[in-house]
Amino acid sequence: MNPCSSDLPGTVGEAMPFLCDGALVTAQATLGGAALALVLAFAAGLAMLSPRRLVRVPARVYMEFFRGTSVIVQMFWIFFALPVLTGYRLAPLAAGILALGLNLGAYGAEVVRGGVLAVPRAQREAAIALNFSPYQRMRYVIMPQALAAMLPPLNNLLIELLKATSLVSAISVGDLIFESKALINSGSDRAVVMVLVMVIYLLYAGLITAVMRLLERRMARMLGREVRPLWPRRRRRSAGGELTVAAGGAR
Amino acid sequence: MTWDWGRAGEIAPELFTTGLKVTAQATLGAAVLAFLLGLVLALALRAPTRWVRLPVRVLIELIRSTPLLAQLFILYYVLPSALGITMGALTTGIVGLGVHYACYTAEVYRAGIDNVPKGQWEAAVALNLPRLRVWTSVILPQAVRKVLPALGNNLIGIFKESPQLALITVVDVLGLARQLGSEDFRYLEPLTLAGLFFLVVAIPSSILVRRLERRLES
Amino acid sequence: MKADPKADPTAEPQYMIRFDKVGKRYGDHQVLRDLDFTVRPRERCTLIGPSGSGKTTILRLLMTLERVTSGTIEVDGELLSHMRRGDRLVPADEKHLRRVRRKVGMVFQQFNLFPNMNVLRNITEAPVRVLGRSREEAEQRAMELLEMVGLSGKADAHPGRLSGGQQQRVAIARALAMEPEILLLDEVTSALDPELVAGVQSLLRDIASEGNLTILCVTHEMNFARDISDRVLMFDHGQIVEEGPPEKIFSDPVEQRTRDFLQAVLQT
Repeated sequence: MNPCSSDLPGTVGEAMPFLCDGALVTAQATLGGAALALVLAFAAGLAMLSPRRLVRVPARVYMEFFRGTSVIVQMFWIFFALPVLTGYRLAPLAAGILALGLNLGAYGAEVVRGGVLAVPRAQREAAIALNFSPYQRMRYVIMPQALAAMLPPLNNLLIELLKATSLVSAISVGDLIFESKALINSGSDRAVVMVLVMVIYLLYAGLITAVMRLLERRMARMLGREVRPLWPRRRRRSAGGELTVAAGGAR
Repeated sequence: MTWDWGRAGEIAPELFTTGLKVTAQATLGAAVLAFLLGLVLALALRAPTRWVRLPVRVLIELIRSTPLLAQLFILYYVLPSALGITMGALTTGIVGLGVHYACYTAEVYRAGIDNVPKGQWEAAVALNLPRLRVWTSVILPQAVRKVLPALGNNLIGIFKESPQLALITVVDVLGLARQLGSEDFRYLEPLTLAGLFFLVVAIPSSILVRRLERRLES
Repeated sequence: MKADPKADPTAEPQYMIRFDKVGKRYGDHQVLRDLDFTVRPRERCTLIGPSGSGKTTILRLLMTLERVTSGTIEVDGELLSHMRRGDRLVPADEKHLRRVRRKVGMVFQQFNLFPNMNVLRNITEAPVRVLGRSREEAEQRAMELLEMVGLSGKADAHPGRLSGGQQQRVAIARALAMEPEILLLDEVTSALDPELVAGVQSLLRDIASEGNLTILCVTHEMNFARDISDRVLMFDHGQIVEEGPPEKIFSDPVEQRTRDFLQAVLQT
């Protein structure tokens, strides 16, 4: 049966058509934010490893700047304040995705940097001994191994991103939270609505983790490592917003 | 249009007195709750029976996998109608933020407790200390010392997330900035000042915590 | 300054490797000081000496994994550490390094195979990407090399599934696939289980005896050193204490430090 159908009984039937619309927008914001965040994370993360100060410093500044405030502050600024300077207002969803990508990209940069640093130095030296160019060393030797170390912390980041998409509701993007608030305001049973919202978020979080787990297993197999069982999770955040890089694993 | 210093000077005092007070209350209140409740959760995760461990584990995962904002909505919109519990917006925010971060803080404590060397447990047992004394005078002091930087990071995290409370009508620095902006639709000055405020507090604090971390490591 | 060895293109350069007053410092620790030494083409040299005497540093400098603090290194008549800009010497840039580095290959103590590639790929990747060989050509050559090191059946295996000895054979094949003129062997059997040492050593003996490679070897295995080298150099505190043919060094060393070292090593 279609879970978005209005034929479902009671409040569920009343709410699900709207929540499904919202869930779709939440998915868009998550995917859009993730795409932008990944690009920025790799650009800034690799730039921070550069021997050149002129490359390192801007990346560092970007990171510190966007990690210094939260998504909600950045989103408000991009949506409400920036148009005053530029005279051009971004569409709400675009502003939301921009803020999400910039913020999570700053955290991702640290993950990328940590992942690359987690690759043993000897691998780089072996690549030099075979006379690979710096680009080839990164592309064919370091990065494939670094990705394996990055996946668990990237999984955490994607969950954080999913959670942060809820903030787009504050700039009137019709995501799950926005729809739930509309339903509550129009008199639907609040408890039922919020339970449904939580279940959808949990489903999304589970989906993200499942996909990342599969990627992890593929990587582990490629690197000839012990393949971890699918179930036990190891999401861990050492601190507010500071996501630890679960580096390496057994070689 | 560009930056208007006059307007900035006009709103800054209010932003950094009234708004700042609410942000400080929210941050500190939520931090106290998170650090205490986090400890309770961490100890519950080590409870001898899995009828305690399992539900706590599930609750923590549930809270960490869903948005703070959704949890705030539940506290703010659902609890009053479902259970008849009504709290002011700020109290709701402090509870929501505190419980959310308690789940992260529980992990921090857990890691700290796990990192206390096994020999310390054995020594305490050898001295025949009562179980409660082992915890309060041997294990926890060492664990807390180890996790101080992580707690500092969580405090900064709570501070940075506190503006989400503006979305349930709390008038903190961000909430006030939005209000001031909506008066004349000039959002640039109030929102920029608010953003700078969070930056100016968070970045030096993070640097301090990193320094503390390095000192405790060496 | 010495005469440019490239002046007469038909003449073989006198030296394959030449260290000229090379110094290397890590912070306060002076590993090499004013080191002068040369290796002739197709000469096989073994560096011996106590740990920390700077032997491995010499190999790492030649492989450009480290940079000299002072002095210059030449490989096959070309500056390795530096390049000429006008009439000044400046530290070599990446392009220059890659050109000179082509002649040098290295086998590491810890094998350092790439875990993200199977055995065949480990051997073919650099010839394809760096030398521009076609994949077929590189694979054909790799299979010949695998045959030579006795691992024809392992082309598709993952490096992590191989024993240490097998991994080191693959690493040797990988280094040879780049057709180096100089092969650096850095304690290549130190990380191996005792029963696997002999096999890798005999493989290297065969390779050394073919005589078309210049070999620079660091080892603590004195019998192996005796078997494969034309010349043995005894190092201590970053300087050459004594050098000569293996028979001479091992049976009749002049220096007390050499005697002490050999006695200590042979006892264990």
